[in-house]
Amino acid sequence: MPTLNDILILLPEFYLVGAACVLLLADAFLRPAQRPWLHWISIAVLLMAIYLVIAGQPPQAVTAFGGMFVRDDVAEILKVFALGTTAMVFVYARPYLIDRKLLGGEFYTLMIFAVIGIMLLVSAGNLVTVYLGLELLSLSSYALVALNRDAKLPPEAAIKYFVLGALASGMLLYGMSMVYGASGMGGTPSLDLAQLHGVMSYTTAPTLLLFGLIFMIVGIGFKLGAAPFHMWIPDVYQGAPTPVTTFIASGSKLAAFGMAYRLLDAGMGDLSQHWQLMLAVLAVASLAIGNLVAIVQTNLKRMLAYSTISHMGYLLLGLSAAGPEGYAAAMFYAICYALMGVAAFGVMLALTRAGFECEEIADLKGLNQKSPWMAFLMLLAMFSLAGVPPLFGFWAKVLVLEAAIHADMLWLAIVGIVFAIVGLYYYLYVVKVMYFDKPVEGSVLQAQPDRPLRVVLSLNALSLLVLGLYWGPLLGWCRRAFGL
Amino acid sequence: MFNHLLSLLIWLPVVGAIPVLLAGSARPHLARWLSLLVAVLAFVASLFLLVQYNPGGAAMQLVESHLWIASWDVHYGLAVDGISVALIVMTTFVGILVIAGAWEVIQDKPHQYMAAMLMLEGLLIGVFCATDALLFYALFEAILIPMFILIGVWGGPRRVYATLKFFIYTFFGSVFMLIALLYLYQKAHTFDLATLAALPLTFKEQAWIFFAFLIAFAIKVPMVPVHTWLPDAHVEAPTGGSVVLAAVMLKVGTYGMLRFILPIVPDAGAHFAWLIIVLSLIAIVYIGYVALVQEDMKKLVAYSSVAHMGFVTLGIFIAFMLVREQGNTDMALLGMQGAMIQMISHGFVSGAMFTCIGVMYDRTHTRLIKDYGGVINVMPWFGFFYVLFAMANCGLPGTSGFVGEFMVILSSFSANPWIALFAAFTLIIGAGYTLWLVKRVLWGEIANPHVAEMKEINARETFVLGAFAAAVLALGIWPQPLVHLMDNSVAQLVQQLAIHKI
Repeated sequence: MPTLNDILILLPEFYLVGAACVLLLADAFLRPAQRPWLHWISIAVLLMAIYLVIAGQPPQAVTAFGGMFVRDDVAEILKVFALGTTAMVFVYARPYLIDRKLLGGEFYTLMIFAVIGIMLLVSAGNLVTVYLGLELLSLSSYALVALNRDAKLPPEAAIKYFVLGALASGMLLYGMSMVYGASGMGGTPSLDLAQLHGVMSYTTAPTLLLFGLIFMIVGIGFKLGAAPFHMWIPDVYQGAPTPVTTFIASGSKLAAFGMAYRLLDAGMGDLSQHWQLMLAVLAVASLAIGNLVAIVQTNLKRMLAYSTISHMGYLLLGLSAAGPEGYAAAMFYAICYALMGVAAFGVMLALTRAGFECEEIADLKGLNQKSPWMAFLMLLAMFSLAGVPPLFGFWAKVLVLEAAIHADMLWLAIVGIVFAIVGLYYYLYVVKVMYFDKPVEGSVLQAQPDRPLRVVLSLNALSLLVLGLYWGPLLGWCRRAFGL
Repeated sequence: MFNHLLSLLIWLPVVGAIPVLLAGSARPHLARWLSLLVAVLAFVASLFLLVQYNPGGAAMQLVESHLWIASWDVHYGLAVDGISVALIVMTTFVGILVIAGAWEVIQDKPHQYMAAMLMLEGLLIGVFCATDALLFYALFEAILIPMFILIGVWGGPRRVYATLKFFIYTFFGSVFMLIALLYLYQKAHTFDLATLAALPLTFKEQAWIFFAFLIAFAIKVPMVPVHTWLPDAHVEAPTGGSVVLAAVMLKVGTYGMLRFILPIVPDAGAHFAWLIIVLSLIAIVYIGYVALVQEDMKKLVAYSSVAHMGFVTLGIFIAFMLVREQGNTDMALLGMQGAMIQMISHGFVSGAMFTCIGVMYDRTHTRLIKDYGGVINVMPWFGFFYVLFAMANCGLPGTSGFVGEFMVILSSFSANPWIALFAAFTLIIGAGYTLWLVKRVLWGEIANPHVAEMKEINARETFVLGAFAAAVLALGIWPQPLVHLMDNSVAQLVQQLAIHKI
């Protein structure tokens, strides 16, 4: 029987489930004229959830439901940023959704369910919880990608996402079953991550365990979007409605990091020497494929999709260092990437109009003349993504590189550096188009008059500069979470 | 206030750029006056710095240090020695002239241009006084952003190619430095330059770190063979961009050598000094010849910059050779001082040359030498300045160009007469390309109607060129104050050269 204490530990999650149900009902019963309120209410719901996460945070890590659910500082940070970026996505999405007549309760409800999935995933203490959280996140995401069902691309993207996602889930599940089996040979079988930690020492089937690990890494690689499991990313990014893309690029990357950390460190930490090299290989492949293919993209969403792949390579650089420092660096990177991704897509959302998807890089031509402020915000996002100091993205890169060097993988750091230079090209190209090219005659390129969007987007992009100058506290928070 | 003088110098232009930007394109004149005000205030602050700085002490002065990132022991650390002070004053001085020089010339979004210039100025000052390696690196890289925009927005027809090349080239170089710094951090657990200087390193480590640093700084200087971005960047950059690029930004490279290679990896530096010396001589001789055949005036001056910066690197590494191989600290001191004076002098001379070319370009919209001829007939005052700077460029005694080159040649003579012989070639080649340039542009009959229509320089241009001329002559006739300012700091550097780390 769950005790009251268990419920209290999961209070933010329960609260969000309740709120999502209320929103769903409200959507059904509200008169059309009152529907716009849902937007502000759902943002308030998310902000309240952030408050609950922070306010109720226990001083030490606690578990609930017999170890199924862990509430520690790592989960806290990831939840705060996942909720925060989702709230930003809501703000940015409003004009887009109104223009395309997609503004309805299902967007908000599905998004909130996806966030609940993230929260379960990053707090998982058990393989079943991992799977539960992952599927809640994934199923909501599949539906969100297909939100604009009358358009041409979204259904195709959703099917691709669904099929590949199901395959990856299958892989993960298969790996989990092997690990479960291996843990039973020579001991009691367990799905609990904390108990799996020492499984290598007693299992009589180490080969089975390693196979399970490999399958789990495939699943993680897919969710992160690391090469060679990246095929879905460009199509889904391009096909999904831009607000949904923004969410997938930000919130779900935090979730993927959380999942990787839980599975690899808490569960398979014993086998770190085995998965370290696998992650390093994934990192190199992601850096190479992401950066090289991004150069030839003409579609901004696809370009950012490939850039995501390369950024996941950097994140893996930190993870493959397999130590608290590496995890802290990787988490810092995930947070940084989430903020940069939301900002970059946010500018795209700010420029879209009914009938005009600001999707091609060429669409940004002469943005500096039409709306200099938006151009400046995009410039901040691009330079930060490229890792140019003093912006936030630079420090995140420095930290993962340092983690790799610290773990005696100087070669990996040098590979990372080399591809950072390759990547520079396509980010600079966007700046070039905005600042150096003449605007296209008669283009509708103009920033949204929507005030909340402009204010939040400005704060979002400027935070990249501010955090670039003053990243100590955030890093300190990340390091403390890993006991440094 | 004097406790935070260095911070003030950095942040005044950077923060001052914000109101300039806010003035907007609707009020271009307000933006111009505001930016001039900021630049003048920065210059005044740098004069305060000159007064505050005590040239008698060898240690770093006006130290500011605040913990920036506690978990990484990164400090916001600033301090100056004589070399930094000289470079900072030069930066703020050039800053005023660049803003005055762009006054009516930049008609398209002047507020953005001025703001970018001010930010660039603040960041450059920051580079010259950072005592924390990571802070140095961040500022070193951040410079690229305003420069990227300056060339890309206000540049010439091939500006996009040039600006991308410039950015990627220099970024490429510096990231290797980042790897080296992270490696050093692993050993020392700090980025403080003084601590890193005291860090023991094996020769193998030093060699790797040396080359990582060398790539970064050689591209910035630029040294042969990684100089190819510079002519492109110069040709496409607007006049002000060229002036800052040549006058100040190139110095960041040689300054980095002094602050990083020299104290952190002295043994590798001494071991590979021959390499730098050979590359410097190639820059001086070969690039001199390349300059001779240029048809574009800006390209010619750009190549001559590469050759002149060769003198700076030669002077620094000749000092290495003299101290390590012959124990001749007196001559090493002379060479090092020569390099420092050449850095400052080249700042003024190349800045002035690019301003002159800009003045002509504004009138005729061409930079090709063949489009000119007989300019002196229509613009005698301009001709006066042009000839003066040309003389300084080829190192005529009495101008600043002479002092540094002479000292470097003298000290390289005692290291090896052959090196001196090659270095001295510059006096002939430099005179060749500069005088030939002057002959084709200024002298002779008025070549075409466009030249005939050229108007004499106005008061603003006279002020800019006059200020440059005053600096060039002052340094040439009486370099003593500058030598005195840097004397102790240079002596300190030369002493450091003798310290073995292995």
